[in-house]
Amino acid sequence: MADAEPGPRRSDRSPWNWLLILPVVVPLLTFLFNKDKPRLAGFPFFYWMQFAFIVLGVGCTTIVYLMTRRPSGGADVSASSASSAAETKED
Amino acid sequence: MSGRHTTELVIFIVLFLIVSAMGFVAARWRRPTTMQSLDEWGLGGRSFGSWITWFLVGGDLYTAYTFVAVPALVFGAGAAGFYAVPYTIVVYPLVFLVLIRLWSVSHVHGFVTPADFVRARFGSSTLALLVAITGIVATMPYIALQLVGIQATLEAMGVKGHWPLIIAFAILAAYTYQSGLRAPALIAFVKDLLIYVVILVAIFYIPHKLGGWSHIFGAAQAKFDKTPAPTDGTLLNHNNQLNYAMLALGSALALFLYPHSVTGVLASKNRNVIKRNMAALPAYSFLLGLIALLGFMAIAGGIKPVAGGNGKPDGNTVVPLLFDHVFPSWFTGVAYAAIGIGALVPAAIMSIAAANLFTRNIYKEYFRRDATPSEEATVSKLASLVVKIGAVLAILLLDPQFSIDLQLIGGVIILQTLPSVALGLVTRWFHRGGLIAGWVAGMAAGMWMLYRIPNPATKKLHFGGSAYPLSDIGIDTKMTVYVGAIALAINLIVAVLATVLLRALRTADGVDITRADDYVADEGDPKVVQGTREVEEGLAT
Repeated sequence: MADAEPGPRRSDRSPWNWLLILPVVVPLLTFLFNKDKPRLAGFPFFYWMQFAFIVLGVGCTTIVYLMTRRPSGGADVSASSASSAAETKED
Repeated sequence: MSGRHTTELVIFIVLFLIVSAMGFVAARWRRPTTMQSLDEWGLGGRSFGSWITWFLVGGDLYTAYTFVAVPALVFGAGAAGFYAVPYTIVVYPLVFLVLIRLWSVSHVHGFVTPADFVRARFGSSTLALLVAITGIVATMPYIALQLVGIQATLEAMGVKGHWPLIIAFAILAAYTYQSGLRAPALIAFVKDLLIYVVILVAIFYIPHKLGGWSHIFGAAQAKFDKTPAPTDGTLLNHNNQLNYAMLALGSALALFLYPHSVTGVLASKNRNVIKRNMAALPAYSFLLGLIALLGFMAIAGGIKPVAGGNGKPDGNTVVPLLFDHVFPSWFTGVAYAAIGIGALVPAAIMSIAAANLFTRNIYKEYFRRDATPSEEATVSKLASLVVKIGAVLAILLLDPQFSIDLQLIGGVIILQTLPSVALGLVTRWFHRGGLIAGWVAGMAAGMWMLYRIPNPATKKLHFGGSAYPLSDIGIDTKMTVYVGAIALAINLIVAVLATVLLRALRTADGVDITRADDYVADEGDPKVVQGTREVEEGLAT
């Protein structure tokens, strides 16, 4: 890729994106929920907890969507300047 | 045929005819000036908003086969079959940031298939061809399996013979040919509403009839305690926990690599539609979890699966039989129609996706470089017919078990396109030769491991499942791992090593005609006129 190429005027970078890691990792940690007790309405913990993880997934994804939503049409100037500031810091 | 079955069948046929009519009318829905382009026929004009996309992608990902096979798995193995729930939780946050990039770059460049993107990103028609063929091979058995869903309900209603299935698929083929992606998009509304109603009723009504949830889980545990198999039960055990997590993650990584998932994503009108859907689609996961529990209800209800085409008890029949057992006949008819119609939506989208891959990445690339958009649409329509005929023949002429085995393989092989498609969306670091080498290595390793897995339950020596026992390579443990994840790891290692090597040897790499800004473009941003980037980059031939 050409070095001379200008960086994107917009960016998907946002600290909120880190929140997406939570619902990706937690449902895979079987040792956390592979138990029978406590039961909820007759459901073993294994089952109702995994249903609860759906709520976790929806919650995290919704927050990230709301916090990174672009105003319709055109470039999001404030977001892009904020992200370029973040990039400078990382360098 | 009993009176009960007649009621069921009448309801089934009436609902089936209603959605078939909708399929044909769909060509006029949000009517385009012409249907003769892949953007219109194959992607519904790239104009679907949040609601349509939610129903379309929901109907696309959560297929009739899923609704029949997941409870069948839970019926047979217990907790291990519940992996479908973490799988469909993990997938959306996992692909959230990648899919919006795919949408943007496809919007700018007019990509219709994942292989179109790979072609432009890595400048390699060979790599694009591999991605296209992988997609077609992985999708074909999936389409065939949708027929298994219809067949299971027809069998439960006492309908014999192949003709009903052939007629159903002929109607599906006709309206997909005419209306393209608009047909499944419109039908998905009816399909999903039916499924939601049936499952919500089932989940309250059946436990009430069977004596409550405690009793249902108790009956399931009692059944698993009696079997000699070490890996079943209402909880996971020491040996299959790792496999459970790997299967969930591997399946999640694979889901949006399937061409039909990409079709649903590219048909949406902007990035916010995709983001909103990543947050809203887990509603279907909730439904899927409830459906999975139907497997335990079938155990508590004393359901015995009937013999399938090969004479062995067919687990896929437990859900239809359970409905028949507990519901009044008219509602059983509605439930069967929900499963039957549920098969039509994904079958239509999958055949469109496979047809688009053939048209764009094989026909246009290798046979007709200057094919017009109208010609592309015609080729795709015909290809969608061929795909469906192939699926019907596969189910009628071959043992359905063959399609099930192929679908299992499908998940493993589609994962091998991850470095090119998913990682390609994030980085251009890989060399095209490295990606090809990785694909070859991952495929070979995956096939070898699948070949080595026997299934004692069906007395098969090979291709008996996707859980690879580590003892096979001499590790002293009973643990199993998911083949797809291991094959992908090998793929990645080879791709990285080969890339480093090819760079060191200064082997020519393809030219990337996409730019960083293309990946964040949104609705209303200018599109690239085909060919101009190649001219700018000095690639015009």
